[in-house]
Amino acid sequence: MIRIAFSIALLAASSLAWPAGGGEDLEQAGSNVHNLASVQRGAAMFMNYCHSCHSAQYMRYQRLARDLDLTEEQVNEYLVLGNREITDYMIAAMPEDAEQWFGKKPPDLTLTSRSRGEDWIYSFLKGFYLTEDGWNNTVLANASMPNVLWELQGIQRPVMETYTDESGEEHSRIAELEIDQEGLMTPAEYDQALRDLVAFMTYLGEPAVLKRESMGIWVLLFLVVFTFLSWLLYKEYWRDVKK
Amino acid sequence: MSDKQSLASVEPKADKGRRMLLLAGTGAVGAVGAGFAAWPFLASWKPSARARVIGAPVEAFIGDLEPGQLIRLQWRGQTIGILRRTEQMIENLPDVNDQLADPSSENEAQQPPYASNLYRAIKPEYLVINMHCTHLGCVPEFIPEVGAQPFEQNWKGGFFCPCHKSKFDLAGRVYSGVPAPTNLIVPPYSFVDDEHVMIGVHSEGAV
Amino acid sequence: MAKPASNISRQLSNVGAWIDERIPVSSFWKAHISEYYAPKNFNFFYFFGSLAMLVLAIQILTGIFLTMHYKPDAAEAFASVEYIMRDVEWGWLIRYMHSTGASFFFIVVYLHMFRGLMYGSYKSPRELVWVLGVLIYLVLMAEAFMGYVLPWGQMSYWGAQVIISLFGAIPVVGDALVEWIRGDFFVSDATLNRFFALHVIAVPLALLALVVLHLAALHEVGSNNPDGIEVKKNKDSQGRPLDAIPFHPYYTVKDIFGVGVFLTLFAFVIFYAPEFGGLFLEPDNFNPADPLVTPPHIVPVWYFTPYYAILRAVPDKLAGVILMGMAIMVLFILPWLDRSKVKSIRYKGLGSKILLAVFAITFIRLGMLGMGEGTHAQTIESRIWTFAYFAFFILMPFVTKYEKTRPEPERVTK
Repeated sequence: MIRIAFSIALLAASSLAWPAGGGEDLEQAGSNVHNLASVQRGAAMFMNYCHSCHSAQYMRYQRLARDLDLTEEQVNEYLVLGNREITDYMIAAMPEDAEQWFGKKPPDLTLTSRSRGEDWIYSFLKGFYLTEDGWNNTVLANASMPNVLWELQGIQRPVMETYTDESGEEHSRIAELEIDQEGLMTPAEYDQALRDLVAFMTYLGEPAVLKRESMGIWVLLFLVVFTFLSWLLYKEYWRDVKK
Repeated sequence: MSDKQSLASVEPKADKGRRMLLLAGTGAVGAVGAGFAAWPFLASWKPSARARVIGAPVEAFIGDLEPGQLIRLQWRGQTIGILRRTEQMIENLPDVNDQLADPSSENEAQQPPYASNLYRAIKPEYLVINMHCTHLGCVPEFIPEVGAQPFEQNWKGGFFCPCHKSKFDLAGRVYSGVPAPTNLIVPPYSFVDDEHVMIGVHSEGAV
Repeated sequence: MAKPASNISRQLSNVGAWIDERIPVSSFWKAHISEYYAPKNFNFFYFFGSLAMLVLAIQILTGIFLTMHYKPDAAEAFASVEYIMRDVEWGWLIRYMHSTGASFFFIVVYLHMFRGLMYGSYKSPRELVWVLGVLIYLVLMAEAFMGYVLPWGQMSYWGAQVIISLFGAIPVVGDALVEWIRGDFFVSDATLNRFFALHVIAVPLALLALVVLHLAALHEVGSNNPDGIEVKKNKDSQGRPLDAIPFHPYYTVKDIFGVGVFLTLFAFVIFYAPEFGGLFLEPDNFNPADPLVTPPHIVPVWYFTPYYAILRAVPDKLAGVILMGMAIMVLFILPWLDRSKVKSIRYKGLGSKILLAVFAITFIRLGMLGMGEGTHAQTIESRIWTFAYFAFFILMPFVTKYEKTRPEPERVTK
């Protein structure tokens, strides 16, 4: 009786609305870090398009060979920057004065998948558009990063719409982005390329994720067996206890 | 046990077989689990990926070594000596055999197979040796001069450990009757070319 | 019945006797384990005492191994955590056990405390058991807070900044005190270094000592139970409670089963949700500490958020800090606020039941609000729930004294 009352009470408490968060509308990346081919493609993309400016200072090239099922020769040939050793941390090729080019130092990307999230990276890289004022981004307004992928994606331009806010005033906002000039990839190909990149960055943020999620099931199975045995043992002993 | 049987709240069942079986089963599975759980903790003491990178093979340039000259370098925190032996030194090696504990390097742990010869080297001219004394890890002095020494009347050149007076010849072979139990260790090494030695990489197909 | 003892077992028992004459091993075992009589009607909520000890052991073990690789240095701390996550063999697992363990510690402790509230486990003669428990809770909060600073991410840094600044609300000495705690003019390397020392040795020692006292006090008076009646009132001819069973083997086997269930849940989180949607490991803490950039949305870890909501509900710095402090301190006097004739909620009146239910909802809701962004609407709502939080303690003496209770049974019920 009391237990039921408490369950209802707790349920009521937890079903109250969560305080609203002001999160942006992000598109789901839908990437899969366990898809080895996708992560490998993402690694190549990261090295080609991101790594010349962005470091991943907590990651060593060498580890890519072990985790991504590549030989050290392959990593050396395709992934390691020209003047680096395979045992080096992934430090960008960009010279120290890079800060002056963009107004700020390109952030380290090792942990971006964990601090920003996969969906953020995906949406950010899809969200570049060009206006008369120059490049801008729907996720990070006035981003100092140029759209390095524009050749692949093409050039997007915003389609504006007007809406009325609560106080009755009219504003305009971006309804959607439209491809103005086609890139080397179709939109579907581009989305897939970003998914690959995001999958790689998920791996980059936590290389242990591969092992963690593959071995977890065995630990859980083991614990279930142990728990079942201990339940039998408990029930066996408690047959002694008089009601 | 007999106390518990008289408890008002508890009445132990007569059949203990199932109970013992379950106890043994749960205990065994629990012990296996504890073993698995202990492994990550023990393994976390192994050299980390960073330590292994720092402990990566080291390349040494030997092109300008004079005969009789020894250079020292660091590999995995160990002092590695590379000695270019003179022809005289090489010729003298067998002379001290009868004073040594293991003259023909029978202790396989002390050198890779390709250095298991009279010279304890791939090329007789070059001795590559881990200089730490096999007694307690001091680094012996290199004393190439032939002749009477305070510690040895009939010295043919070699290594002398200042810590506990162990003596080794010019192939790092230990003298008998000293504290050090075994010959100095020959680390894995290989020749990249005639002028470069790689410490930490085993030699392939060396004679 | 007794078989002739073999030589080896006779020798072993001789060794045992020799030790026993010098250290009271077997009498200790009897008094606290094999002949510690615990009421036989413990329910689900009685798992959490032993589970709290299990988590404490896990935290100490994993913590010791983390200190072997961690660097308590503002320049190296963040990178050393990533070193643990990447370069140390199994380091990620040990670290996740520790970070997940911190949150599970609070889950277990909150359920353990709620059990005490439900069944009146704080009432005479167990006041000191409760008071020592609240002390453990307080020390645990300090331990968790300082531990959270160590990874030296943005949340570590700004969390430390905010929590330490709370002391600045104290009149006259506040500013000097804050500077003294930090050991610098801002949260810095000195702060990190001393928090490390406190987190890994000083506070855990205090915690262990308090746990020993908590158990000593409990075993002196005996365990309460869901019926809230004293099992010691009904004894057999040898002075053993009729409604109690030896802790070992009956509760040891039951607790091992509890441990199994607990570890299964624990492992699930470690292997499949170590960040737990940003609740156990906050996204912003994957950015290194930067004294020049304040993250837009600073929230403490979930287990502190009820108090954080109370702090934010008050539009005055000093009053907010005082109210937050009181929210915790009031727990100490709880044993003397409950004036009911009965202990367990089972036999208390409707008033107490409503009071406790509302309190549980209040605590959860405050926790949720504390995670919010602190909008105006949320602040207003927090004020209402803050009021409800204190109403529980203010109303308790009156409700418990005047409400109609049901008669307690003579013997424990199933």
